[in-house]
This record gives sequence, structure tokens and C-alpha cells, in this order.
Amino acid sequence: MQDIKFYKILIFINSLVPLAFLGFDAWRGNLGANPIEFFLRTTGVLTLIFLLLTLSVTPLRKTFGWNSLIKYRRMIGLYAFFYGILHLFTYSIFDKSLNLSAITADIRQRPFIAVGMLAFFLLIPLAVTSTNGMIKRLGGKNWAKLHRLTYPAAILGVIHFWMIVKSDLTYPLLFGLVLAALFGYRIFANQKTAERAVKAN
Amino acid sequence: MANEIKSSEITPEKVYLNRRNFMRAGLLAGTTLASAGLYRFFNPQPPKEIQTPQISDVKQAPDFKLEEKLTPFEEITNYNNYYEFSTDKNAVARKAENFITRPWTVEVGGLAGKPKVFDIDELLRFEQEERIYRFRCVEGWSMVIPWVGFPLKKILDAVEPLGAARYVAFQTFYGDVKPDNPQVKLPEGKNFMQTAFSAGIELPYVEGLRLDEAMHPLTILATGLYGKQMPNQNGAPIRLVVPWKYGFKSIKSIVKITLTDTEPPTTWNIAAPDEYGFYSNVNPDVAHRRWSQAKERRIGELGLRESLMFNGYAGEVASLYDGMDLKKYF
Repeated sequence: MQDIKFYKILIFINSLVPLAFLGFDAWRGNLGANPIEFFLRTTGVLTLIFLLLTLSVTPLRKTFGWNSLIKYRRMIGLYAFFYGILHLFTYSIFDKSLNLSAITADIRQRPFIAVGMLAFFLLIPLAVTSTNGMIKRLGGKNWAKLHRLTYPAAILGVIHFWMIVKSDLTYPLLFGLVLAALFGYRIFANQKTAERAVKAN
Repeated sequence: MANEIKSSEITPEKVYLNRRNFMRAGLLAGTTLASAGLYRFFNPQPPKEIQTPQISDVKQAPDFKLEEKLTPFEEITNYNNYYEFSTDKNAVARKAENFITRPWTVEVGGLAGKPKVFDIDELLRFEQEERIYRFRCVEGWSMVIPWVGFPLKKILDAVEPLGAARYVAFQTFYGDVKPDNPQVKLPEGKNFMQTAFSAGIELPYVEGLRLDEAMHPLTILATGLYGKQMPNQNGAPIRLVVPWKYGFKSIKSIVKITLTDTEPPTTWNIAAPDEYGFYSNVNPDVAHRRWSQAKERRIGELGLRESLMFNGYAGEVASLYDGMDLKKYF
């Protein structure tokens, strides 16, 4: 128990490192010539990184038998949501001056905004149902089903990144490949389970 | 039993706990440091200070002053779109550090009576004047830049354009295409320009203007900014500046200028024809697929300001486009 608590603190603090740097650099005026754009881009990338980390938990557990990793997945997922909120707030406040009609117009006119918004809204029910109480209330199976929304959210997130890049697709491609590998693992693992079930019958 | 552990060998609980705490502190510090290193590795270092020689005898041009706050030198020189070096605007200054731009020549020809190869030092002897212009990037940010340079018209007049000439094509230096280019010495062993593949656009970079746009008094070849010779990352040693068009039209590090009778191909138009037109005049009414062009973020400001038709130069240039549908010819 003591160990789990310690590792939770460890992950909590490490996940805050980027925010600390963003804050520190902002305070020193060191976010570059266009600090808003930098903050927006960095929080977006961080959201994707944490989403991919949550999706890595199951493959790592099954491959290496690191079953205790499951205990930290909720926190990692909530960090994805947290950086997603910062990303959305930066856009809404500094690019859209909290003007709701300007935001809805943007969603209608710019597909990449619509895709990003959708990805974010898919994360909301996941964050809301992340408590132990909610897991009990929903029942484990339903909860697990609901939380498969992480998959479309991650796919949409990578597409959103892909769409905003002007021409250099290196980073979106990298995120896309990692995502594809994580999905590939799942498809492969599911097939194996199905085969085993057939054999057992 | 021989293997029995003597009670004196058992680590006392206090020592054990201390050791564990020590290891935990180390783990915490170590991982945090690693995370910090990772963050710093992927994110920009502090701005690069650059020094270039002063340009002597810069004429002040009172007609081209602006009552707007100048963007600081440090920001103009550390936030650059120059894909041959990096697609990260904050990284270009460092990547372009080793770009050697002497000797340098600009070949001016095509449909010209007297085609000529100009040496950069010859071009620097043209009368240099200061032009303070708004600079508006298609990505939705803008600056106010005190360029030093001379009207493009001067160099075009010097080669005597033929009657058939209707457009002007420009080409940027590209080290990977011509590593043996006798014009420019590359730093030895340093293949510092990235490939067209990783830039995501075809290289060398090409741009074009209609002849009347090229001859317009606002259109200049810039040789410097803030009274100093052009820093590498801003397009050393000589670049185009067309203040009423999106920044990508203002091609950098020019090696070739060609007068033509047909509309020349332009790099971003080749990459995405529905996003970047040949004209690419700043126009708040024509939205880009990713950026509403109605507003812009002036570097140094947090909020957005309204973008101006022709970047505020409508009075000077709107007549060039009389009768044209600017939504069609975006």
C-alpha cells in the first residue's frame, strides 16, 4: 500500500513538470515571441501524450505482467483531461475572448476545431465517471464500455493535430504511429483470446 | 541450521525505513529531473542573440513610417518561418547560424534586355532606405518591422524588362539541391538545410509577383532590419518584402529573379492550391481553412486585433486589383 501511494506521488509530480516549466517560462517571459501560440501547442501535445500513456497501460500490463500499473491509470487519464482543459481555455480566452458565438462559428467553419472539440467532449464523461463511486454505480462492465470512448478521443486528437500542421507531418505521424501500434496490440490480443475461446469450446 | 540469519544481521526497522526513504527521495528527484530534461529537450532554448554588421548611410524614408510600436529585434530574429532550416519557428535562429552568405550573387534575367548577375556587395551599394512595414503571416500573427532595402523596381529597371514580360519569378537558395553551388560556400561537413521531405514542401522555394506588383513602390528587396545587415534566419543576404501580402510571398535568401510572360509556380500554392493562392493578398474577408483571417495576434500582444484589408495598404495598392474578384483570386 505504501509503495502505491509513493508511486502515485511520483507520477503526480512528474506529470506536473511540464506545467511548472510553462508557468516558470511564462513568468520569465521565456515562452518565445508568441507565448499564447506556444502555450496552446504545448498543452495540446501534452493532452495527446497523456492520452497515449493511458492507452499504453493495458499493453504494458499484459506484456510485462506489470499489473499494478492499473492503479495509476486514472491519474494519467485525468492529467490528459487537465491539459485538455488548459488547451481549450487558452484557445477560448486568448483566441476567442470567451465569445461563444465566435467559438461556434469557428467549429462550423474550421473542421480541425470541430474535431478537437469533439475529442475534448468525449473526455468529459470519462473524467466525470472516474471516481470509485461512479465505477460502482455504473457497474464494472458498463464503466469499461463507456471508457472505450478513450479510443475515439485519441484518434480524433491525433487527426486534430494532423489537420493543424501546415506541411511538416513528422510529429502528427509519430503520434499516429504510436496510436496505431497501441491499437494493433489490442486487435492482436483480442484475436488470440478469441482463438483460445474457440479451442476451449 | 547453517543458513539461519542471526538476529544481529537483521537490518533494524529504523535503518530499513531510512534507507527506503533515501531511495524514494532519490527516485523522486531522479525522475523529476529526467522529466524536466525531456521537456527542455523538446522545447526551445532561450532566444539566440545575433549580431550582424551595421549598414552605413541608411536613408530615412518619411513616407514609409508607421505610428505603431516596432516589434523588438529579438522577437523578429527568433520567430521565423524558414522551412529550409526548421519548421519550428523558435528553432530557425539556431539552425541557420552556420549559413554562409558570402560570396553571393543574384541572377536577374529572363525576358530582359540586359540580364545581369549582381554581386551582393553591388546590391548593398544601391541607396538603402528604412521602410517600417506591417508584416502579416498567413498563420494569423503579425509584426512591425523596420526593414532596410531598396525598391525592387530599381533592379528590374536595370535589366530592362521586355514588353512581353508580365510576371516576375523568384527563387531561394537551397543547399541540398546544389551542394556544389559555386555562389555559396556551405560550412564544411554540415548538411544544415533540411530535406524537402521533412519540410513538407518542394524546395527550392519559389515565389512570384505580377510585374505591376513587383514594380510597385512599396515592394522592396530588403538587405537588413533595424539598420543592420539581414540576419540569416530572416533571409540573408537579400529577400523580398511585399507588405500587403501574407508573409510567405516575401521570399528569403534570393539567388534568382526571372522575368516571365506566364504566371510562375509558387511553393505554397503547389503544396496546397486551395489554401494558398498566387495573389495571397492580406484579406480579412477570405478565411483560410485553418485560420480565420479576420483577426491577428500582433507579436507582443496577448489578445487579437482586427486584420486590415491589404494589411492596411489598401490606399496604395487596391487599384492594382480593380475589377478582380478577390475571393476567386485569393
